Amino acid sequence: MAIAKIVGVETEFGIMLRGAAESNPIAASSLLINAYAGERARQAGASAGGPKVGWDFEDESPGNDARGGPPPGALPPEIETHLVNIVLTNGARYYVDHAHPELSTPECADARSIVRFDRAAEEILVASMAAAKRLLPDGQELVVYKNNSDRKGNSYGCHENYLMDRLVPFGRIVTHAMAHFITRQVFTGAGKVGTEAAGLTSEDVPFQLTQRADFFEEEVGLETTLKRPIVNTRDEPHADSQKYRRLHVICGDANLSETATFLKVGTTAIVLAMVEDDFLPRDFIFRAPVWCMRAVSYDRSLRLPLELADGATITALDVQWELLDRARKYADAGGLAVVGEEVGAAVLAEWEAVLTGLEADPMQLADRLDWVAKYRIIDAYRERHGLQWSDARLAAMDLQYHDLRPDKSLARRAGLRTLVSPDEVASAMTEPPTDTRAYFRGTCLQKWGDAIVAANWDSLVFDIGKDPLRRVPMMEPSRGTAAHVGMLLAECTTPAELLERLGS
Amino acid sequence: MPEREQIKKTTTTRTDEETVQEAPATSERGEKLKAELDDLLDEIDEVLETNAEDFVKGYVQKGGQ
Repeated sequence: MAIAKIVGVETEFGIMLRGAAESNPIAASSLLINAYAGERARQAGASAGGPKVGWDFEDESPGNDARGGPPPGALPPEIETHLVNIVLTNGARYYVDHAHPELSTPECADARSIVRFDRAAEEILVASMAAAKRLLPDGQELVVYKNNSDRKGNSYGCHENYLMDRLVPFGRIVTHAMAHFITRQVFTGAGKVGTEAAGLTSEDVPFQLTQRADFFEEEVGLETTLKRPIVNTRDEPHADSQKYRRLHVICGDANLSETATFLKVGTTAIVLAMVEDDFLPRDFIFRAPVWCMRAVSYDRSLRLPLELADGATITALDVQWELLDRARKYADAGGLAVVGEEVGAAVLAEWEAVLTGLEADPMQLADRLDWVAKYRIIDAYRERHGLQWSDARLAAMDLQYHDLRPDKSLARRAGLRTLVSPDEVASAMTEPPTDTRAYFRGTCLQKWGDAIVAANWDSLVFDIGKDPLRRVPMMEPSRGTAAHVGMLLAECTTPAELLERLGS
Repeated sequence: MPEREQIKKTTTTRTDEETVQEAPATSERGEKLKAELDDLLDEIDEVLETNAEDFVKGYVQKGGQ
């Protein structure tokens, strides 16, 4: 039986200090996050100290490989323990990672919740820019971009994480995840003017569906910064490692469109549930997956035949139609409780509507998909001014689509549909989800931030004065919800009482 | 496979019917869409980065995953 598909999304943002001669990205990222934390702490008063709680690196092991030991010559990712790293009262982690500000959403139980907390993450970055501006000299500001490339061959990621059953053979995950990752690009892409792939120019690729496809060079592997693989093997569940694995997905784009985020996470969660239940009879093994990854991104016609290992060919859209067909049968056979029944049904409906639109005329989806919205604006501007695709003005518009400043963002002006209300987004900036262990983390930080010395995904460390530090393990991502511990947390008036009642 | 065909067929048929019904209004709707896009471009013109070349050149983001 498939297990609940608890999901989190980590986004690395682009950052620029405008109005200054030189900009150090690590200093800029630190200033951005500290400015937000400082302002939150002042707003919350002394009692709620959430933002100053640091990250606990005790159990981090990003070098573990799902295929077994680390492959010879592989460099495990470095853990940068000295950089700014805070935990927010909504259960998210906000930190400096490799010279970028990064925000990891709290654990979410379904795709709609991910949309809400991903939007809240954007608003946290918007608030951070405003807070930083108040600290900087006149004429300077930090500007944050939610994209994945600087157009010069440097990429930064938007990673998805899905809780999976440890018992599922990793090879089976690789087969089906690879087919989905290559073909879902038709709706997950955030669009890019031109290409950064070696040997290609904007004459070869004037506009492509995704930000990320140019940067994938391997099929399967542990790396995330070099020779990026389509399927990443990092094996660090942040949960009971006997029971769970966390599929760490590094090939997606950061989306501004809520529909794109909803489908990216919603369809992937359903595909992975089907993998766990062995419900996908047909293996789509591509002859050249890395080539396919790029070819799908470069093909705006969506008609390109992709060659399978058995010699047959199929388009990305037809792979998606077949996955949707299986997903419908899967829902009929056993329901979609593992991705949320209602949300799962909404994912299936939107998935079908979007594939139908892509097949008829992608431009119908300018209010739903990032790449279409971006293409529509930039192509119309190009025609109006008679520009070549290589013109810097179009490249600038591409970057500005992702500018998170409300008064500059082109995405905000593109007429994209929304799925969550402004109020839902605002509350998600400080309140955790109620249906995962993030509820326990966030609520404890709200109530007893001063007594929590460190936090991470699977534990909280309390200092209640007299005793040694006390670690509360949270190895079950679906426990610690409002239903499990809401009453307990409401009844306890001190952290000491909580620890006593938890028996830890 | 048969059911996938069915999904595609039902949706395609539905789209065709809508298109047929809306045919007289299509050019009008097309005009409206074009006007909306023109307005959007005017609005975007107001906020676009002024020195595109320098902006694009200065946007460098190293050290990402």
